[in-house]
Amino acid sequence: MTRYILSRLGYMIFTFLLIASLTFFLMQTLPGSPFNDERLSEAQEKILNQRYGLDEPVAMQYFKYLGNVLVGELGVSFQFDGRSVTTIIGERIGVSAILGAQAMGLGLVLGGLLGIIAAVRHNTFMDYTAMIIAVLGLSIPNFVFAGLLQYWVGVRLQWLPVAFWQGFEYSILPTISLAAFVMATIARYMRSEMLDVLGQDYITTAHAKGVDRWKVIRKHGIRNAMIPIITIVGPLTVSLMTGTLVVEQIFSVPGLGEQFVNSILTNDYPVIMGVTLFFSLLFIAVIFVVDILYGIVDPRIRLSGGGRN
Amino acid sequence: MNRKRWLMLLMLISLVSLLAACYGGGGSDSSGGSAESDESSEGSETGESEGGTLHMATPGELPTVQTNGNLDGLSQTVMLNIYEGLFRLDENNELSAGMAEDYEMTENEDGSVTYTFNIREDAEWSNGTPVTAHDFVYGWKRALDPETFSPHAYLMAPITNANEIQDPEHELYGQVDELGVEATDDKTLVVELNNNVPYFLELLANPVMFPQNEEFIASQGDDYGLEPENVISNGPFFLDTWTHDQGWVLSKNEDYWDSENVSLDAVDYRVAKDASTEVNLYETGDIDVANLTSEFVDMYAEDEAYTTNINTEVYFVRFNLQNEFLANDNIRKALDMSYDKAEAAESILKNGSIPAYFLVPEDFVSNEQGEGFREKHGNFNMTDIEEAQKLWEQGLEELGTDSITLELLSYDDDQRKAMAEYMKNQWENNLPGLTVAINQQPNKQKLDLEGKQDYDMSFSGWRNDISDPVEFLNVHLSDGPYNWQDFANEEYDELVKKAQTDFSDLDQRFADMQEAERILIEQETAISPIYQSANARLINPSVNNFVAHPDNTFSFKWVTMEE
Repeated sequence: MTRYILSRLGYMIFTFLLIASLTFFLMQTLPGSPFNDERLSEAQEKILNQRYGLDEPVAMQYFKYLGNVLVGELGVSFQFDGRSVTTIIGERIGVSAILGAQAMGLGLVLGGLLGIIAAVRHNTFMDYTAMIIAVLGLSIPNFVFAGLLQYWVGVRLQWLPVAFWQGFEYSILPTISLAAFVMATIARYMRSEMLDVLGQDYITTAHAKGVDRWKVIRKHGIRNAMIPIITIVGPLTVSLMTGTLVVEQIFSVPGLGEQFVNSILTNDYPVIMGVTLFFSLLFIAVIFVVDILYGIVDPRIRLSGGGRN
Repeated sequence: MNRKRWLMLLMLISLVSLLAACYGGGGSDSSGGSAESDESSEGSETGESEGGTLHMATPGELPTVQTNGNLDGLSQTVMLNIYEGLFRLDENNELSAGMAEDYEMTENEDGSVTYTFNIREDAEWSNGTPVTAHDFVYGWKRALDPETFSPHAYLMAPITNANEIQDPEHELYGQVDELGVEATDDKTLVVELNNNVPYFLELLANPVMFPQNEEFIASQGDDYGLEPENVISNGPFFLDTWTHDQGWVLSKNEDYWDSENVSLDAVDYRVAKDASTEVNLYETGDIDVANLTSEFVDMYAEDEAYTTNINTEVYFVRFNLQNEFLANDNIRKALDMSYDKAEAAESILKNGSIPAYFLVPEDFVSNEQGEGFREKHGNFNMTDIEEAQKLWEQGLEELGTDSITLELLSYDDDQRKAMAEYMKNQWENNLPGLTVAINQQPNKQKLDLEGKQDYDMSFSGWRNDISDPVEFLNVHLSDGPYNWQDFANEEYDELVKKAQTDFSDLDQRFADMQEAERILIEQETAISPIYQSANARLINPSVNNFVAHPDNTFSFKWVTMEE
């Protein structure tokens, strides 16, 4: 196990460096520059490039940049004069994380319930209702859903704030908007996995032995259906917690998602790089955790490549 | 059995603690910040002066409050209200008093000009230090210094040696001490200009010309301008709170020399990232001013809160003359005359924008006799589809072809996207044999393609910094930095260059510029003007004297609120 974890750590560092290098060179191919404003003449652009070290050869910039990344120095934004990339990420990631975690929690609970109900009451009215909800959740684009929620709940009924981020009640509508997709995805997976599991011979055996119906579902059904769920939940959580463009925009949530897109549009290199690296680090870590969790949920999965202790 | 339960419990606990940690940390942070701003705005509403708080919304985070920084419209608006230059623009966009108490201008024998400004005695920074002439000298030199170079340093051009200092090829490059500006004592600022530029005083109302306090900036180091405590103000307001990416509050600066004429207690800015959210917030009374995109204009056009404000910003199609088809005079003129600009402004933009048959905008400048720039020639190349088709046939014949495919490089926002599609449609319907392919790009990428002249036609725009037609005309100088079309006309160059440097006969200069515009559009059709832009917005009827300048920046100094 220890050896496995160590070798995985090695791969993680390698992956991270690979991503850092790829992003750096891909960014070089981004057309435009942070300073090509309509009004800047070439000479003035040159002065600004010099001021920010963009006039140096690419190889030079690359090694400087890698060196800085390794010591955790992500540089200063072009778009927001003088503001460091770490501050920009730090100010926004908390908000995105709360929103993402709330949406994930709500979606997981509701989706799990829907999926289980649908599977247990397979081909009944409840199953169809649950699946209609799931299909709607997947197919209604979230800008439409969020827009409708904002208009009806916020403007017409005035039950909840229209936008901004000033406390728990402000997070309810964005959470629901985000959770719809999670709920639908989880419900569909849960249902199909449960149906699969409930059709297995050992379930029939358990029933035959007279084990309580709900106990069978709980101990055998849900537990076995968890494996694919864990696979999708990990990355889904990261992508939700690192910010979501549309919902952040509609409800004016000060998260990281919108900032990331803006930095690409304005060629704000340090922010693009910083946020990309931050996201990849999270992803790499979560995938690692998911792999470890597999072993816990299903003892048949051996992590260390068949070695038996 | 026990182990499983234990594991479940562990997972649950970790999930809960993760949630708690996130909410606790970030949540209390953000709600703490906004609670603060709420208090301060409510506090001032019920405070001793009954000025009220103006609630504004804006689509994004405030990029900077450093006058040397990227001056986008939002940053510029905030700077116009928390700082002040020698002058400021008033409700009618005329010069009004600022840091300068009075000034004197003398013309020297060599054609150069010397301005002497007396800075008012009661001008103070919000930390109590007086605003001095040294602050101006420091600020201006700092804007030109390659280490702290401002993207707007080009505005300093009229000052002696300003151009040379920002030219990396010139021997004076970076020698900021050679700039023609001097503080002869604490309150006297002497500025040398190359020529008697008529718009120089107006230039002084631009943030890049604002004073900066050397002592304060040095004491802040890298933190300068990052948080409210790293900023000092000399304007009608000061930056009171700033919750990043959520909002900020500008509160009345009681130490401002003219504070008795400032009625508002505070301006509370909130970041509302989406256009329809802004309208919804206006509906719920959270904000007083909402910008309207075209799709909302129909809903509100009859509302008493509805206003439009025309900008001095003109959009036009650039024709890339490297393209063999566009190099043909008849083809260009046919393109210009064959789409219905009036219809486009009315049914697509709907926000008060007007069709443009010109480059120098309407309602912009007049000569000494009060005659507007547009009066002499009026409109060029009015839409006339029959005439356009004739020119088109003629052009095709000259080129020996019967079909042409052209690319139209365009913006990627909804409104201008719709505009580009409308033009494509009209062109393809009205000009047989023409196919137009739209290439939408984000602004930076679009500028890159334009700079490389990697396009056929480009949907482009220009906005002035100062009220002078030469601002629009110098774009098309054959050797100008913004001429991305290969357009060159000797007579045009001569007229515009003369207008840039010769201010001896202002009436003649005015006529020269009118003639230059005629050459550009009527004679050469180097561009096809599309529209002069406007902004539609809702302003709560209880807000009076909300001043929107023609470059879409706002002044809050004169705003009053009714109860």
